[in-house]
Amino acid sequence: MITINSLYCKGCGYCIAFCPKHILEMGKERSVRGFFYPVQIDESACNGCGICALMCPEAAIEVADKK
Amino acid sequence: MAAYKRPKSLKEMPTAYCPGCLHALATRLVADVIGELGQESNAVNVISVGCSALNLYSWAGDDIGAAHGRAPAVATGIKRCMPDRLVFTYQGDGDLAAIGLAEIMSAANRGENFTVIFANNQTYGMTGGQMAPTTLIGQKSTTTPFGRDALSTGYPMQMCELISVLKAPAFVARYALNTPKGVMDAKKGIKKAFQYQLEGKGFTFIELLTNCPTNWGMSPLKTFEYMETNTIPYFKPGIFKDVEVQE
Repeated sequence: MITINSLYCKGCGYCIAFCPKHILEMGKERSVRGFFYPVQIDESACNGCGICALMCPEAAIEVADKK
Repeated sequence: MAAYKRPKSLKEMPTAYCPGCLHALATRLVADVIGELGQESNAVNVISVGCSALNLYSWAGDDIGAAHGRAPAVATGIKRCMPDRLVFTYQGDGDLAAIGLAEIMSAANRGENFTVIFANNQTYGMTGGQMAPTTLIGQKSTTTPFGRDALSTGYPMQMCELISVLKAPAFVARYALNTPKGVMDAKKGIKKAFQYQLEGKGFTFIELLTNCPTNWGMSPLKTFEYMETNTIPYFKPGIFKDVEVQE
């Protein structure tokens, strides 16, 4: 339901800290700009609340409509 | 919450801010609200000096750079020449509360019809973390290495309280950006301020409490705890003045 654009992400970790479902964690790969960025552990558990996108300073997270 | 899309008022490139800087979040909130109001091609961003000036790398709409602290004076000129445009200044605390104190107080006292977005991170971020007028008592900076001392440097300046005692301002509010609730409230506040401006109600002032992980010397998440225990008890969030409520 959410997409993380690794080009914008700077790995501050706000989305991971504030996700109420705890389904985000810091990935092990670096982005093209050299930052570690979050990945979704369990996509099916995401309820699309959008708090990760709300707290993201870089607008790197986009939330799709629930289908 | 509904779907979220990156606002059109931000360029398709990363911001120039440090990782975890809430300046970037403040910029994004303004861009979100302008997108919601459909004012992308009508808004004018008056950019000041300091870390707030890094805004110009990410702002896709109209903008103008003002001299240090003089953004309210420039915004006054723009708003008087083009009353239909949505004019706002984006200023930091070193810019607004120190060198620009005369401009902001005069503009607020005249009740100029524009919005001021004031990002308060209690330090001079761009020049290397010197003491700002808003630095908390006991907070360390490069010019107060043992913590700010009230005897020699006075007390942190509370701009919302100062401006709310004036007669002219229409909306004065302070929000902290360290919790999702604070961010949601801030978004509502910015939207209200812009709507007041479009309705011609007068001067609107939004203070956003932000952090500076680089110069506070903390990880981004540690700064949130610091804000909760130190910043928020002194700079209390809330609505200080609202003409609609008072009427």
